[in-house]
Amino acid sequence: MQIGTTQIEDTFAEAFAMWGTRVLVTASSAEWALAAAQSMTGFATSVIGCKCEAGIERELGPAETPDGRPGTSVLLFAMDKASLAKRLVERIGQCVMTCPTTACFSGLNSEHGVSVGGKLRYFGDGYQISKKLADQRMWRIPVMDGEFLVQDRFGIQPAVGGGNLILCGVNNTVTVAAAAAAVSAMRSLADVALPFPGGVVRSGSKVGSRYKSLPASTNDAFCPTLKAVAAKSSIGADINCVLEIVIDGLTEAAVRSAMRVGMSAAARPGLATISAGNYGGNLGQYQIRLHSLVDGGVAP
Amino acid sequence: MSLRLTLRSSPDVPMEADCLSPQRLAGMSLQTIERLPVFYGNRQTALADFFAVTGQTGDVLQLEGDLSRIKHIGAGMTGGEIRIEGNAGAHLGAEMAGGTIVVSGNAGDWVGPEMRGGRIIVRGNAGHMAGSAYRGSSIGMHGGEIIIHGNAQNEVGHGMRSGLIAIGGNCGDFPGVNMLAGTVTIFGAAGIRAGAGMKRGTIVGMQPMEMLPTFSLSCTYHPPFLPLYLHHLRKLGLPVAESHFTTAYQRWCGDAVELNRGEILLPAPTS
Repeated sequence: MQIGTTQIEDTFAEAFAMWGTRVLVTASSAEWALAAAQSMTGFATSVIGCKCEAGIERELGPAETPDGRPGTSVLLFAMDKASLAKRLVERIGQCVMTCPTTACFSGLNSEHGVSVGGKLRYFGDGYQISKKLADQRMWRIPVMDGEFLVQDRFGIQPAVGGGNLILCGVNNTVTVAAAAAAVSAMRSLADVALPFPGGVVRSGSKVGSRYKSLPASTNDAFCPTLKAVAAKSSIGADINCVLEIVIDGLTEAAVRSAMRVGMSAAARPGLATISAGNYGGNLGQYQIRLHSLVDGGVAP
Repeated sequence: MSLRLTLRSSPDVPMEADCLSPQRLAGMSLQTIERLPVFYGNRQTALADFFAVTGQTGDVLQLEGDLSRIKHIGAGMTGGEIRIEGNAGAHLGAEMAGGTIVVSGNAGDWVGPEMRGGRIIVRGNAGHMAGSAYRGSSIGMHGGEIIIHGNAQNEVGHGMRSGLIAIGGNCGDFPGVNMLAGTVTIFGAAGIRAGAGMKRGTIVGMQPMEMLPTFSLSCTYHPPFLPLYLHHLRKLGLPVAESHFTTAYQRWCGDAVELNRGEILLPAPTS
């Protein structure tokens, strides 16, 4: 199966059940909101090393935020509810509360919720103030530029992490361009985050290592420099650069949509193959076959 | 379909009719409702002596006429809606926990005393003690919302513990007296001694107020929570202007004779 001249491998992306949330950061200007969001989503590329994965979903206009100020929507994912709750408290406390003029709201209505403002309020050292409006409790925490307003509880929901595309090109230039185009197209969609730098990862990993202390190591099957020495290489003789795009989504449908859009945007002359990473179907709860997406199917 | 009670003759003395709530009337036939006892002055009489009853029971109870002498309408209600086309008497929605009461005219004293939830909307004016604690009780309104589009009289939110009271017009003396928490917003002029004895809680005044000497000015800033309240109140039809969003507010802390953790927010004077 092909899109243009790009071959779509008959394989699947193996994705995992995670828990996700949407965080709305507002500020006096779009720049400050973005600064807080960038800080909050920093060092959140992979749960393997960062305990969570996060990305900026999109910027928000004043009409889209609870307090009528410019904002940024952030998606954050972790492997379980407890971990997600901890990461929210850490990252909102260290990255949003610290940023001038910001406020922070839950962007998800869900039957599941975790305490965030309810824990951060103790920073107020007894001077914090609770406000409850229409069944939503907020905390006003005094800070040096005024007050940090943060919602008491944030909605969380089951999510899907680890959707992915592996782009195999004949050289670095065309592969990077294809990845950038795919990222740009995928970022126009709601409910998905691309947690790696610029949405792209070059150091794709496999499970395990010859070194006992490492849970993951380089994906030698997709490293062009190892084609001649790796036990089993997955790339053809004409492939000299491979990049991966990892997609986390609030739903499987959102991940599938992003993968479909990404493949269409990436396909071009010089991008020989689009593949996907999996573990033989032994680890992840979701298997997203690339061919089902090319056929136009986005149903789960 | 809703139940409609139309006042046929205005009582000469106050009538106590705490049976007038959707839950209390649920499932009753019109004949049963007509025979419900109410206290007219110091004697017991039947609801039908004063009201024509039509329709059928449901989530909505419609009351029509000048009910300014009918007390305890919606007392203790937990859900549903009461629509009053006319005025309402004292103790409207007393201790209610849920549901909505909308009054097209004026309401008497004690609107929503010690209410715990739900919403009361008064399109006209309200009397004294809206959202207050009963005498001898230390805690007033526990939750919910009281929205008064017109004026209110003295001791709005006396002993208020939680919830929101908003007054589109003026209010009398002692707004937020002995407040424990919650929010009182006054768009018009307020009487004297706002926040006297308050421990915590927020009074937002959109007009200048005479501050008690036991309140101290902390700073001038833009309270980040306030836009959420202003958006909410604008949706409910209160006179929220763009300037209310953009202006800076003075934060006065008090009452120093108590815990000193309350606050009064006032638009900063423009120089």
